[in-house]
Amino acid sequence: MIGGLFIYNHKGEVLISRVYRDDIGRNAVDAFRVNVIHARQQVRSPVTNIARTSFFHVKRSNIWLAVVTKQNVNAAMVFEFLYKMCDVMASYFGKISEENIKNNFVLIYELLDEILDFGYPQNSETGSLKTFITQQGIKGQTKEEQSQITSQVTGQIGWRREGIKYRRNELFLDVLESVNLLMSPQGQVLSAHVSGRVVMKSYLSGMPECKFGMNDKIIIDKAGKGGVTNEAGKSTSGKQSIAIDDCTFNQCVRLSKFDSERSISFIPPDGEYELMRYRTTKDIILPFRVIPLVREVGRTKLEVKVVIKSNFKPSLLAQKIEVRIPTPLNTSGVQVICMKGKAKYKASENAIVWKIKRMAGMKESQISAEIELLPTNDKKKWARPPISMNFEVPFAPSGLKVRYLKVFESKLNYSDHDVIKWVRYIGRSGIYETRC
Amino acid sequence: MPAVSKGDGMRGLAVFISDIRNCKSKEAEIKRINKELANIRSKFKGDKALDGYSKKKYVCKLLFIFLLGHDIDFGHMEAVNLLSSNKYTEKQIGYLFISVLVNSNSELIRLINNAIKNDLSSRNPTFMCLALHCIANVGSREMAEAFAGEIPRILVAGDTMDSVKQSAALCLLRLYKASPDLVLMGEWTSRVVHLLNDQHMGVVTAAISLITCLSSKNPDEFKTCVSLAVSRLSRIVSSASTDLQDYTYYFVPAPWLSCKLLRLLQCYPPPEDGAVKGRLVECLETILNKAQEPPKSKKVQHSNAKNAILFEAISLIIHYDSEPNLLVRACNQLGQFLQHRETNLRYLALESMCTLASSEFSHEAVKTHIETVINALKTERDVSVRQRAADLLYAMCDRSNAKQIVAEMLSYLETADYSIREEMVLKVAILAEKYAVDYSWYVDTILNLIRIAGDYVSEEVWYRVIQIVINRDDVQGYAAKTVFEALQAPACHENMVKVGGYILGEFGNLIAGDPRSSPLVQFNLLHSKFHLCSVPTRALLLSAYIKFINLFPETKATIQEVLRSDSQIRNSDVELQQRAVEYLKLSSIASTDVLATVLEEMPPFPERESSILAKLKKKKGPGAVSVELEDGKERGDYLSHSNGSSTPSPSADLLGLRSTAPASGATPSAGSLLVDVFSEAGPSATSAGVNDDGFLRFVCKNNGVLFENQLLQIGIKSEYRQNLGRMYLFYGNKTSVQFVSFNTTVSCPGELQSHILQLEPLVEGGAQVQQVINIECLTDFIDAPLLNIKFRYGGALQNISLKLPVTINKFFQPTEMAAADFFQRWKQLSQPQQEAQKIFKASHGMDTEVLKAKLLGLGTALLENVDPNPENYVCAGVIQTKAQQVGCLLRLEPNAQAQMYRLTLRSSKDTVSQRVCDLLAEQF
Repeated sequence: MIGGLFIYNHKGEVLISRVYRDDIGRNAVDAFRVNVIHARQQVRSPVTNIARTSFFHVKRSNIWLAVVTKQNVNAAMVFEFLYKMCDVMASYFGKISEENIKNNFVLIYELLDEILDFGYPQNSETGSLKTFITQQGIKGQTKEEQSQITSQVTGQIGWRREGIKYRRNELFLDVLESVNLLMSPQGQVLSAHVSGRVVMKSYLSGMPECKFGMNDKIIIDKAGKGGVTNEAGKSTSGKQSIAIDDCTFNQCVRLSKFDSERSISFIPPDGEYELMRYRTTKDIILPFRVIPLVREVGRTKLEVKVVIKSNFKPSLLAQKIEVRIPTPLNTSGVQVICMKGKAKYKASENAIVWKIKRMAGMKESQISAEIELLPTNDKKKWARPPISMNFEVPFAPSGLKVRYLKVFESKLNYSDHDVIKWVRYIGRSGIYETRC
Repeated sequence: MPAVSKGDGMRGLAVFISDIRNCKSKEAEIKRINKELANIRSKFKGDKALDGYSKKKYVCKLLFIFLLGHDIDFGHMEAVNLLSSNKYTEKQIGYLFISVLVNSNSELIRLINNAIKNDLSSRNPTFMCLALHCIANVGSREMAEAFAGEIPRILVAGDTMDSVKQSAALCLLRLYKASPDLVLMGEWTSRVVHLLNDQHMGVVTAAISLITCLSSKNPDEFKTCVSLAVSRLSRIVSSASTDLQDYTYYFVPAPWLSCKLLRLLQCYPPPEDGAVKGRLVECLETILNKAQEPPKSKKVQHSNAKNAILFEAISLIIHYDSEPNLLVRACNQLGQFLQHRETNLRYLALESMCTLASSEFSHEAVKTHIETVINALKTERDVSVRQRAADLLYAMCDRSNAKQIVAEMLSYLETADYSIREEMVLKVAILAEKYAVDYSWYVDTILNLIRIAGDYVSEEVWYRVIQIVINRDDVQGYAAKTVFEALQAPACHENMVKVGGYILGEFGNLIAGDPRSSPLVQFNLLHSKFHLCSVPTRALLLSAYIKFINLFPETKATIQEVLRSDSQIRNSDVELQQRAVEYLKLSSIASTDVLATVLEEMPPFPERESSILAKLKKKKGPGAVSVELEDGKERGDYLSHSNGSSTPSPSADLLGLRSTAPASGATPSAGSLLVDVFSEAGPSATSAGVNDDGFLRFVCKNNGVLFENQLLQIGIKSEYRQNLGRMYLFYGNKTSVQFVSFNTTVSCPGELQSHILQLEPLVEGGAQVQQVINIECLTDFIDAPLLNIKFRYGGALQNISLKLPVTINKFFQPTEMAAADFFQRWKQLSQPQQEAQKIFKASHGMDTEVLKAKLLGLGTALLENVDPNPENYVCAGVIQTKAQQVGCLLRLEPNAQAQMYRLTLRSSKDTVSQRVCDLLAEQF
């Protein structure tokens, strides 16, 4: 299990140090600093073994979070914990920065006491944590309140307390996807996948029972076989259902029911949480196509032309588009011409960065650049790294659609129709690269 | 060097460096560097001509980026352009870049070489110096090829500036070290040597480094430098401290130069020229005198410089090792340092004294400091100094002070650092053995040693005690008594148990008379330790028990009971089980006589180099030498080898019985065939190294191992026909390092003629080479030929002299004859000088088979049914020499009761009778 957790700033100074087990000594702190943070070669592996001690680290801006253990722990669990830890901290004090961590260090120790016991991860649900760990100092809590918290935290539904009341019952559903691509210069897809999350924000009274439906192939097939007469479902199942490769759910989802009936039903936590995570690899809608054209003119000149085409409904608008064209290491000067947006040669990053604010579907745009090269002694050929792209589109590239989200609350008298529901799709680029 | 003007400050560079320093993260730094590189690239693009200043600035930035660990693949051209600039700073930066970032790019190298050539031929001394520095810094083969011819010319040219000469000398030194084959001094030699006479001290200092290096490679060419160096040294030494102005360092005149001169002189033997030698001795005396003077300054630099010269002078004195007066003075001087406040000085003094102690002139002088050294050993804080003190004690030890030193070392051992304990133990063991006047002291010392530092006492040490106790009957009783007392301590070290088991097993009877150490008490004492010991020790104890049965029949029942117990006879360890079973059977089946023969007292071990000494040498010797450790149990191994059985556990064995016949009890005679039978039966069995005694072992056999030590094994195989012999010598290199200059010579007495085929001078590690020697016997002889082997192992010259086992009996031709014939001839040879007779005690068992085998090995014919007494042996043979043939008759009469032999030899030549008789008497 986890032996300890350290948080370092970029200089390798320890900001937070919490040791859970005796087998982790103070020297572990230094070992990580010397061998990872100050390593001569940049350490790329997130797991490092130093003297029979394992270090798992993630980096958030300039902050290093490292988990130390001498035992053989489940690495995936550790990273899940680290990400959860980041989420929790972010929801308490916003951006994870040296300044914020220094200002909230009492809070962080309090949180660490709560979410890790003797190295075993505990409840890390932000919503329920916030009921008893607050930033407002010590609130005078009555006996009843205290016992209520105790019974809730230790009870069956630890993630939701009873007696929540809202005047307006409202819920927000975000489908957030990131699409990853590697494409050959000729336009052949070498690898592509979408990793997505369904994030929910619920403001519902009482203890509502929710049921979530989407156009997953298996669920729809099952529903079809079960003979549930759902006209909409039947008509769409042929075309629009998607194949989800794997998915994980929030702890509130009843997995037994999912296994037996393929239905996603749950009592939601209050506030914001991630309902599920999934991954698809088939039938991905690629929002943009990049067509590169690179020509070497002699030893001292390079001509680059890049065309991007948007490949979605013309009514939709993509935003924050950024194309990054790497330049050779011996570039001595660059001239850029582009129709749309702004392009600039960034010497510090060895790339031409082309930014477009907005772009509608089924359009195309192009940039051309002339790169002057300095003749070098090296016979090494330029490796031609791929052209990468960033964007944001208002649809789900995996094709996932939310079919329904039903809310039942038997005790309080509000029905499914009284709940105001919002659905939003956002598709972002992950690693979206085209070789040139 | 021209001063850097203000305009050359290079603000851009300073800003860039401070930007880099202020970067918060690695990524930020990389970004900043990328930006700067792009900027420099755009500047170097070539469409605008850059002025020298900016070129210099950007090359500097590139250099800085390179030194931060980034690859630089451009800018070389600009750097080369800077070389042709006329400004010092620009040229300097250009050379700096080239020396750091040079790669073997052909076109650039050509340009660089061109620029260097221009600078070398310019009249500007600073430019010449820069070029020379660049050559030295790069120091590549290409550079050597291009300039090795040029630089000596600059070095000796009359019009070269002094500073350039200095640079040229050091540059040449560098090139010579990098590629000695390209730097040919030939014609320049004498002029370079004469640089020692140069007016400028700097030039002399630089030149002497070069000369020292060159003369260590080919001393003969530079012989003339000795007298020059001596006169230079005497000028410096006798000068007042103010004379040399710039070269006086804290009131010491030219300390570096003096040290280098002294070191140069150490490359050569003492000068033959009396005047030169006198002058040098005078110098050395002056240096020693100066060391006595009160310091002119309290600064540490002053004393450091003075001491540096002094120590260098002392090592020269030691190197010469011919001036008793100086040696003694040096020793006294060092003696003062022994109690100096400075740890470094104490260390150096002890180290130098170590070498002084080995010189015959100063040994006595060193010995006077014994109290101080012992004190240093006890009170010194620094472990490395303590180690040196221990070394020195070892080196200064001789017969007169051995007892004191050994006692001190023993008492220090109790508190010594763990790192040096083992070495200390070995040293104590060696000193105790080497200088033992009375062996009871030796036994006491070693037993003490085992008691104090048992864990660090290696096997060799206790093997050696046992060897010595067995070989010296005067200490056996004392040893048994002491061991018995030592074993009575409640907790004693396992090595003590081993020694105890062995010695009581052999000589327990010597103390059995005392009721306090009656046989049963001895046995119980040993057996009380049994269960605490490791398997090899238990095996040894079991052998001791069976010896007890022989020594004290009254303990038989008790011991058999022990052997019969399940924990022995069913022990999970095969070795222990086998011993228990065999010993039990042996004791119950064999008769007392057989037991007495089998369990006879161990014969004396052959004398040879102390195995401990060998171990110490190995510890200090070059590289890791994998050597089979010799030990006291070679006889045990011997048997197991020749029987072709494999008993892997190399435990010390009392009996050497462990793998004889499967049930030795059933065939007791097999058990009684002691050692030498096997050595004859086994074809060229491997035996342990014996130096001179090995010679005698070969009287009756032709094949075997003649010599063996840690480095070398020499096997021998020989055949003889009439008066001719051929001997094959096999030299096996036991180390992993090659022997160089391997050379063997044979010196023969006049009566023999030998022809030796020379070998290659190299013997690779682990390899074996063969050498053939042809021998012809001209007439009868007594002295054996001497084989002398010389080789270098890891730089140390090894010299081994051996007697080749060529004896007169090798040329025997067996003659068969009937009884009547024999007696007729016997009577013919009845003159007193023709007969040689010896009566001697049997040193081995009197077994028929052994005797027969030996007599046959002698080369004679063994005649059956000749002597009326069947116990007696008669033999006949003819010795073939080139000059004559000598008939020889032999009669050996054993007396089993008295364990005596009478050997009679008659031959036609009196010298032959005497010699054969002497040889043979040693064999039984």
